[in-house]
Amino acid sequence: MSDISKQLQEQILQARQSGTKLDIRGGGSKRFMGREAIGRPLEVGRHRGIVSYEPVELVLTARAGTPLEEISAVLDEHGQMLSFEPPLYSGRATLGGTLACNQSGPGRPWWGSVRDQVLGIRLINGLGDELRFGGQVMKNVAGYDVSRLQAGAMGTLGLITEVSLKVLPKPAETLTLVTEAGMAEAVQLMNARAGEPKPLSAACWLDGRLYLRLSGARTAVDATVRQWGGELLADDQAFWQALRDQRLDFFESEAPLWRFSIRSSAEPLPLDGDWLIDWGGAQRWYRGDADRERIEQLAAAAGGQATLFRGGDRLGEVMPAQAPALKLIQQRLKKAFDPDGLFNPGRLYSWM
Amino acid sequence: MSNLNNARKAQLAERFRRFIDPEYVISDDETLRPYECDGLSMYCERPMLVVLPETVEQVQEVLRICHREQVPVVARGAGTGLCAGAMPHAEGVVLSLAKFNRILEIDPLARSARVQPGVRNLAISEAAAEFGLYYGPDPSSQIACTIGGNVAENSGGVHCLKYGLTVHNILSVEMLTVEGERVQIGGEGLDSVGMDLLALMTGSEGLLGIVTEVRVKLLPTPERARVVMAGFDNVQTAGDAVGGIIAAGIIPGGLEMMDTHAIQAAEDFARAGYPRDARALLLCEVDGTAEEVQEHIETVETLFGQLGATSVRTSHDEAERALLWKGRKSAFPAVGRISPDYYCMDGTIPRGQLAHVLTEMERMSEHYGLRVANVFHAGDGNLHPLILFDANVPGEFEKTEEFGARILELCVEVGGCITGEHGVGIEKIRQMPVQFNDQELSQFHAIKAAFDPQGTLNPGKGVPTLRRCQEYRSIESTPEAVGA
Repeated sequence: MSDISKQLQEQILQARQSGTKLDIRGGGSKRFMGREAIGRPLEVGRHRGIVSYEPVELVLTARAGTPLEEISAVLDEHGQMLSFEPPLYSGRATLGGTLACNQSGPGRPWWGSVRDQVLGIRLINGLGDELRFGGQVMKNVAGYDVSRLQAGAMGTLGLITEVSLKVLPKPAETLTLVTEAGMAEAVQLMNARAGEPKPLSAACWLDGRLYLRLSGARTAVDATVRQWGGELLADDQAFWQALRDQRLDFFESEAPLWRFSIRSSAEPLPLDGDWLIDWGGAQRWYRGDADRERIEQLAAAAGGQATLFRGGDRLGEVMPAQAPALKLIQQRLKKAFDPDGLFNPGRLYSWM
Repeated sequence: MSNLNNARKAQLAERFRRFIDPEYVISDDETLRPYECDGLSMYCERPMLVVLPETVEQVQEVLRICHREQVPVVARGAGTGLCAGAMPHAEGVVLSLAKFNRILEIDPLARSARVQPGVRNLAISEAAAEFGLYYGPDPSSQIACTIGGNVAENSGGVHCLKYGLTVHNILSVEMLTVEGERVQIGGEGLDSVGMDLLALMTGSEGLLGIVTEVRVKLLPTPERARVVMAGFDNVQTAGDAVGGIIAAGIIPGGLEMMDTHAIQAAEDFARAGYPRDARALLLCEVDGTAEEVQEHIETVETLFGQLGATSVRTSHDEAERALLWKGRKSAFPAVGRISPDYYCMDGTIPRGQLAHVLTEMERMSEHYGLRVANVFHAGDGNLHPLILFDANVPGEFEKTEEFGARILELCVEVGGCITGEHGVGIEKIRQMPVQFNDQELSQFHAIKAAFDPQGTLNPGKGVPTLRRCQEYRSIESTPEAVGA
C-alpha cells in the first residue's frame, strides 16, 4: 500500500535525460504478450493500493500496481465485482497491466471490457508530466478519451499510475447449461441465443460442447434454464475461472496460440488445429501451425484480426499488419505522448 | 466580408460545384442562415459556405481542397447538439453529412448494423425492431439527431447506467483524415489490437476526422419494462434511495430524478399524475425478462417505502408506463412554457454530492435572481439544471451564462466534470481550464496535432489554447466576475 508515483516520475525524467529506454513491469504476468521487451525495467508493482471505493457509486480507484485479486476481494465484501472478468494469471495480474493489455474474460460481450469500464486514469507521459484524464463519474465527455485510448496500447503511450473503474453488483444467481454441438452449429446457436432477451452472460465452445452461462435474478435464470434446456454444469464457476485465466488443458501446449477477434457469427475458419470459441463467437483461440499470411487473410474476411498471443516468434510482428494511414496515425500519437520513444519500444509493433 | 474573402468564397464555391451537385453548394446568405447554429442557438456564426456532398469520394475531395487551402471544416449532422460544437466558422465550410442517411446493412445474427453517419438515432432502432433488436443509447433528441453526431459527442441518454454511452455501443467507424485519406477503425469483432483509436474518436467533437460510416451494436429488446415512480419530501432522502437501489444489486434500465420546479412544470404540461407537493421525484425503470422485472420491481417498491418515499406508484401496463415517462420526457418543453427561455447545463457529479450541489444551486439561484429547475440522470450522476431566463431582458443571458459557469465549476469542485453528454464545443471551453491543467491541455493539443497539424478541423472548439486559458483564469479571478 504505497504511493511511489513521485519516484516513478523521477525515474522517467532521468531516463529521458540519459536517453534510456524503459520496460514497464507490473506483476510480470503478461511478459509473454506482445513483442519481446527491451529497456531498463520500470517496476510499478510497489505502486499499489486501493485509493477509494464507493460501493453505492459503483466506482473504485486504485493504483496501477494493485493486484486484481486484492481488488476483487474488497469488491466481494460488498457483493460487487470487476464485471469484465479479467484473467488473474495466478494472482499476479495488476490493474494497470490489465488496462494496458485490454484483458477481459468470458463475460465481456455482455458486461463490457476493461476499456468499457474505465472512467479515468492518471498517466505519466514521456515528458514526465503526471496527468489526469476522465474522472470518477460514469459520464465525462470533456476532452479526448485518453483513458480508454490506453486499452491495448501496452504501455507505449506512457505509464498508467492510477485507474478509476465502474464496478457492478454480482448477479444473484449463476447457472451454466451444456449441450453437445459441432463447431458450426455452436456458433449459430450461441449467436441466436445472444439475440434473445435472456440473462446470458457467457457463451463458449470447446471439444464438441457448448457452454451457456446465465446470470441474474434467480427467477429469470431458473426460467431460462427451463426454456432452453440442457445439462447443468456442476462446479461451473471453476470452469469459467479456468477459461478466464487460460488454464484449461487447451492452453497447455507449446504450439503457437493465436487469438482471433472477429464477427461473432463468422463460420468456422478453415484452419487445421485446435479451436476454442469464447465471447459468444467473437473471440476464438487457435493452436496450430498455419502461416501468418493465411491467418491474417481469414481473420480479415471474418471482419476482424488475429494476434500471435503466446509462443511463436516474439521478435517478428505479433500484431496484425496495419493499413498505412492507420500506421501513420499511431506513430504520430506515439510521438504526441512519448516524443523520445522511452516507453516499451517495439513491444506493440516493430515500428513503434 | 472583405473583397478578398468574397473572391475566395466565390472561387471555392466554383471548385466544389465541379464535383458536387451545384444545388448542394450553398453560398447565398438566405440559404446559409439555417446553418448558423446548432441546438444551442445563442451561439451563431454565418459560415462562408455549406456543402452537402452525396458520396464519400466527394467528401474526400472537399477535404483535400480545404486541407490544401487551409480552410476550416465544420462537420454537421442534424444540428441538434447542445454545446455549439457544430457552430460554423466564419471563414470555413460547413460539411453537412445529411445526405448520408442510409442504413447499409443489418446483421441480425451478429447483432450489428452498418449505417451512414446521417442516419437518425431512432431510425436504427426502428429498422432493427423486426429482428427484436434495438440500438441502446437514446439521447432526448433521438428522433432527429444523427449517429455521426452521436459518435462526435459520445451521446448518452436515460439508459446509460445499464447500457452505456455511444462508446460502448459501436464496433467500428470508417473515417476520413483531414487529408481526405480513408481509414477503418475497429472491426466487426469486439476489439482491435493496439491503442484504442475507436474510443479516442468517440466524443472527439469533429476535431480529429470526419466519420463516414459507423457499425453499431444492436441489443435484444427486453421482454418487459416497468417503472416505479416515487415522491420524496426531501432531496437527500431521494438521493439516498437511489443508493439503496444500487446497494441492493439492482441496475435499473433508467433512474431519473426531478426537483420540485421540474415536477410542477412537467405535471402542468403532461398531467402524468406526479405528486405536485413532492420535493423530489424518482422514476426507476426495470427491464429484462418477465420474471426478472417482477422480482426487481417488488424489491424497488419495498425499498422506496423503507427509504422514506411519501408516495409510490408502479406502472401496470405500457400505457401507464408511457404516461409516467411522459412528464420526464417533456420536462424541457414543460419548462419552456413557464419561462421565455431556458438554458440547459450538463454537469456530472458523484451521486453522494447531490444534496449539497442542489443546495448550493438554490443559493446561487437566489443570488442571480434566476430560477433553476433540475432533471437528473440519477443513476449515473448526470445533472441537467435548466436555468430560466428572458433573452429580451438586456444582460439576462450574460447573467445566465455566468450562473451556468458557476454550476459547472461546482461540479468539478465536488469531484465531477463539466459535461456528461453534451460535449464542450464552444459553450464550455472556458470551463476546460477548471477541469484540466496546462499540461493536460497540452497533451490534448498534441493529440489534435497528430491528426490535424494545421488545425483546420472544427477549429476553436473542444480544447482552449493555452493563451486563452491564461485569459480565462485571470478573468475568473477578478472579484467582479465571481458573482458578488
